[in-house]
Amino acid sequence: MTAVTTDPQVDKSDRVTSTGTGDARRRLPRIPDRIRRGGLPYLLLLPAVLLELLIHIIPMAIGMMMSFRQFTQFYINNWAGAPWTGLDNYSIAVDFNAPIGEALLHSFLVTCVFTFFAVGLAWLFGIAAAIMLQENFRGRGFLRAVFLVPYALPVYAAVITWAFMFQRDNGLVNHVLHDQLGLTDAPSFWLIGDNSIYALIIVSVWKGWPFAFLMLMAGLQNIPRELYEAASIDGAGIWQQIRKITLPSLRPVNQVLVLVLFLWTFNDFNTPYVLFGKSAPENADLISIHIYQSSFVTWNFGSGSAMSVLLLLFLLVVTAVYLFFTSRGRKGSHG
Amino acid sequence: MRHLRAAAAVTLAMSVAAGATGCGGGTSSSGGSNESPKTLTYWASNQGPSIEADKKILTPELKKFEKETGIKVKLEVVPWADLLNRILAATTSGQGPDVLNIGNTWSASLQASGALLPWDDKNFEAIGGRDRFIDSAVASAGKEGEPPAAVPLYSLAYALYYNKAMFAEAGITAPPTTWDELVATGKKLSKDGKWGLGAEGANLSNNIHQAFVLGQQHGADFFDASGKATFTSDGAVAAVKQYIDLMAKDKIIAPGNAEYAQNQSLTDFAKGKTAMVLWQAAATTFAAQGMKPEDWGVAPVPVESGVPGTGKNTNSMVAGINMAVFKNSKNIDGAKKFVKFMTSDEEQKLLNKTYGAIPPVKAAQADAAFSAPDLKVLRDTLATSAAPLPQVPNESQFETAVGTAIKELWAEAAAGKPITTETVKARLDKAQQTMQQ
Repeated sequence: MTAVTTDPQVDKSDRVTSTGTGDARRRLPRIPDRIRRGGLPYLLLLPAVLLELLIHIIPMAIGMMMSFRQFTQFYINNWAGAPWTGLDNYSIAVDFNAPIGEALLHSFLVTCVFTFFAVGLAWLFGIAAAIMLQENFRGRGFLRAVFLVPYALPVYAAVITWAFMFQRDNGLVNHVLHDQLGLTDAPSFWLIGDNSIYALIIVSVWKGWPFAFLMLMAGLQNIPRELYEAASIDGAGIWQQIRKITLPSLRPVNQVLVLVLFLWTFNDFNTPYVLFGKSAPENADLISIHIYQSSFVTWNFGSGSAMSVLLLLFLLVVTAVYLFFTSRGRKGSHG
Repeated sequence: MRHLRAAAAVTLAMSVAAGATGCGGGTSSSGGSNESPKTLTYWASNQGPSIEADKKILTPELKKFEKETGIKVKLEVVPWADLLNRILAATTSGQGPDVLNIGNTWSASLQASGALLPWDDKNFEAIGGRDRFIDSAVASAGKEGEPPAAVPLYSLAYALYYNKAMFAEAGITAPPTTWDELVATGKKLSKDGKWGLGAEGANLSNNIHQAFVLGQQHGADFFDASGKATFTSDGAVAAVKQYIDLMAKDKIIAPGNAEYAQNQSLTDFAKGKTAMVLWQAAATTFAAQGMKPEDWGVAPVPVESGVPGTGKNTNSMVAGINMAVFKNSKNIDGAKKFVKFMTSDEEQKLLNKTYGAIPPVKAAQADAAFSAPDLKVLRDTLATSAAPLPQVPNESQFETAVGTAIKELWAEAAAGKPITTETVKARLDKAQQTMQQ
């Protein structure tokens, strides 16, 4: 703020003697004093605000408006003319005794189970790898780089490779499990039927854990080595050190990491879409695909929008509750 | 803070105003105009082996059109997977091409949006008259009783492709003509890791095509006269069960086919792993995979009994690509001229020959090139025993709902779970209840 509020006297003199040399300020377009004093920060924010409106807020508002209309193929040419249906789309979506609501609830529960395992395992792998790579040893740099490969690959290419590997008759997964190790009686299906949820979790964890690894590795760098030295002098073992020093120190990192992983995983569209196509098997019918199907495949944009709004509300509530409890906990530990 | 709020309010107001006028523009555009008579934009669907190949095939034709009329056509070849979403986006925004290709099963759904130029008698007159086209192709271009939403461009039909060497080895002298014969033949061939018939269990559209044909043979339509879904009629259930039973009960389809959706069944056929497939114009794919034309034979798709024909012995859906014009085109006369050019006898012969399809234009169909044995089967099927898929606005929903139900049934059959009339009916019942309109 202080940098902007220059002495008005100086400004005035600038205006009179505008022939000076080398003063950068003089080349700037003239901005009225009032704005220069109080408004400049807001002026600088304006482009961001505009883009935020255009990219996020307005489409979201339009989506919400759509959710109150009966918006089908009859109205895509004239979407403002779609009849108003009030809360009908919502009541259909949450009527869990009727097929549409039942399918949405099923898909929501599948997504919850999927998110729990996908985030949990990604976090576990991330922390294990980050701790193991704390010690300096030959090849550490190489391993660090290799671990980041899944994070660096384009999602589409990576997931489609997994889809090839999960093929029943020619895929690598069955080749190893069935042909080489003899663990299964017959080649299993991974992309259809009951196993599809496992395939989905495996790909999601593979894709997600390097991010956890990267964040946690950065977090670990900030823990003073002396704490571990002191602890080991006091006789603490490796597990005690992890429990008493590493995890509490990583708390702020974990707070953000788990939230971000949760939101990304719960909303993930690319992984199931590339793995299964536009119609996922029942056991792996994630909510993002389900909503996509309701909107874009069956052309019921109104009910698709209503489902999206419900999903948004759910994620907002979960995020708010999570932030409320985690930040309260942190204050407690500091006090 | 006050400034910020004011700025936000102004932006929001402006954007909302822009949005409102934007959709206002969409509604008022009912007739089209001739504002820019010298250019056209054309979205072609991907028909050939690649987008580049399509560009190479179509560009000289577009040059020909430019020379004739002075209208320059801007070509964009759109992959199938993107086409429907692109059309939806163009319809919503009003910013689409002038002329475009649509899959003919989407006709009624897109017709309902009101964005496409209706081909009434006057418009048909401009391209030489409705009578130039074969009836079944025009019938698959929109709802019955309404002017079609598009004009047929390339026509296709299903046929039974069989491996001659495998048939000879098993001592089979003629391709099956009824389903009972197909099952018997399939059983003779399904041994030693080889299988009688191929399927694409995870491909929703393919599931729908097969179920529709079998449905016709069982006297079921999947929709009643008023356009309401009738997925659980006895005929529909019997049709779906009969199809799944080829794997579940007759065991002539390999369980692995339940997850096929990328034309893997054609690869299996080309490798000699399966002896028969039901497909539309598979010749180019087989040739690309190293088969010689004399290696395979083509026969009409089997029927329940007797010989293929209309009604109960329908043995194919009318497959194909149509040409549509966006109503709000800025060069509506040029667009019609372009449709006329593409559906002219000469272009029809040339393009359909190149793509291995059958011309929906009668005069072009008479060309000797379309009398080769495999194309003759497709041609006869189209002329005498093919029926269009239900031309209802929610056809797209039908494909997803019933296609997915059949996909789940394949998964159950492949996992060895019993497939009964009840399980089939329960799946179809669930699919029917998700039809909202």
